[in-house]
Amino acid sequence: MIEKICSLSDAVRDLVRDGDGVVIGASLETAIPFAATYEIIRQGKKNLEMIAPISDASTDMLIGAGCVGTVTGAWVGNVSGGLGHNYRRAAENQIPHALDINDYSNFTIGMALFAGAYGLPYAPVRSILGSDIINSNPAFKMATNPFSTETEPVVLVPPVKPDVAILGVQRADAAGNNHYWGSSGLAQEAALAAERVIIVADEIVEPDVISSDPSRVLVPGFRVAAVCHVPAGTHPAPLTGRWQRDSAFFNDYHARSRDVDGYKAWLDEWVFAVEDAPGYAKKLGDRLSALKIAGSQDAAHANYAAE
Amino acid sequence: MADYSTQELMIIAAAREIRDGELVFVGMRLPITAYGVARLTHAPNAVGMFEGGVTRYAPAEETLYTMCDPANQRNAAWTTGLIQVMGHLQAGRVDAGFIGGAEIDKWGNINTSYIGGHEDVQVKLPGSGGAADIAAMSRRLIAIMNHEKRRLVERVSYITSPGYIDGEGGRAEAGIAVGGPAAVITDKAVLRPHGPQNELHLSSVHPGHTADEVIENTGWELKTAPGMSETPAPGETEMTALHQVDREGFWR
Repeated sequence: MIEKICSLSDAVRDLVRDGDGVVIGASLETAIPFAATYEIIRQGKKNLEMIAPISDASTDMLIGAGCVGTVTGAWVGNVSGGLGHNYRRAAENQIPHALDINDYSNFTIGMALFAGAYGLPYAPVRSILGSDIINSNPAFKMATNPFSTETEPVVLVPPVKPDVAILGVQRADAAGNNHYWGSSGLAQEAALAAERVIIVADEIVEPDVISSDPSRVLVPGFRVAAVCHVPAGTHPAPLTGRWQRDSAFFNDYHARSRDVDGYKAWLDEWVFAVEDAPGYAKKLGDRLSALKIAGSQDAAHANYAAE
Repeated sequence: MADYSTQELMIIAAAREIRDGELVFVGMRLPITAYGVARLTHAPNAVGMFEGGVTRYAPAEETLYTMCDPANQRNAAWTTGLIQVMGHLQAGRVDAGFIGGAEIDKWGNINTSYIGGHEDVQVKLPGSGGAADIAAMSRRLIAIMNHEKRRLVERVSYITSPGYIDGEGGRAEAGIAVGGPAAVITDKAVLRPHGPQNELHLSSVHPGHTADEVIENTGWELKTAPGMSETPAPGETEMTALHQVDREGFWR
């Protein structure tokens, strides 16, 4: 077994490079590994291309910290608060600097990652017809369905292949094999399209726990570059069966990021004054305990016996 | 004074748009409650989809902050990926979809991307999320908006989510096979497309408001549909269902 366990700081240092195309969480509002967002900000990565359907406030935080050169995605904001203040400042007033925006919808960024994952030259879709997204993002091309007897327009979506996908899961083994349950958005497509995958696991388990239920694997370990053990590494985002969403945290971020000084103070408090992921969990203290899902509702037993 | 809030009336108006047995793309906040009310009243066999990959029969019992919260995953009909659920849209299987918006025009086009347009950005909004997909590929679109003159405009500065685009034949010309806005539910009224142009007309005015007030608060010359009426006040059965869904009284 190839051991792939390392600290999140090491994984970000070694596997996330300036200018990379990066996915941080692709399951929309759940399982977003915010611990990686914070670590990327701490290490001062630059000119990243953030690729996402909806990664809640993660992308807004990175934009405000000056880490982002390009947004390739469907949505940047704060699900609790609505608008993303840092996104607005960057797009409207080039603060902290200008931003390139490649507009997508959720389905078209999904099909772009799907094409990237499975080697399609492009993905034809029926969506975004009639939307100005076709006009504001030159990546899309219009074509006519060659299989239709009538003139039927389709939109051709080119593949998107991230350099790095960083994904939160409930549990993984030391080789990066992992289990994820709950809705997965585009996490699997993002992982399979990416050159390098970093798994942020709430729990590290023995390999036989993962191999006991291979149908629950999000991405097998042979496609994983690093696995990092970060309990509650998705906070403030939820993780099915493990952590509730900390909606008050998102509201607080929304209120404080309204102006640049407030955002910087928030960043100092929650990112720079905290050394690493364990330090963050310690700072949350009782607040984190209150978010822990204490109840138990097990899935039914599934028999894989072969003899 | 009737015993319901404006938001409760909007939820019940939205619930009435869902028919029994339909596959519905739900969306957060107000529509999720409307879906719950519809299931408990006239549409017990409706099925709800959420773009993150959750599909549900009965709505979650707890208050949700996002559609991906643990409570929405538990006892779901299906937890899968985005392509699996949005693929149902593309396959033409979704009967009704709900979206919100910052700006809508008289053709039902919705902007959630760039106020001022792409070249002259005044306000950068979060973007499409799944809205453009839901608007293009649901069989009926139901939009939920606050009724303000600056939000209901003659022409949106950027079409994130297509309505009837520029009127008669607009969707067909863009290559969209189905759908279009069926209703726009605001805090003052319900607007519906009318006539060959599919221009949004005033269909019903909520109790306590007047047609003149609605027209005054609309950024285009809003015409009234034939048979324009008052939005029926929530009935007892509907309110009982709503209180059952909204246990904590969030919308009261």
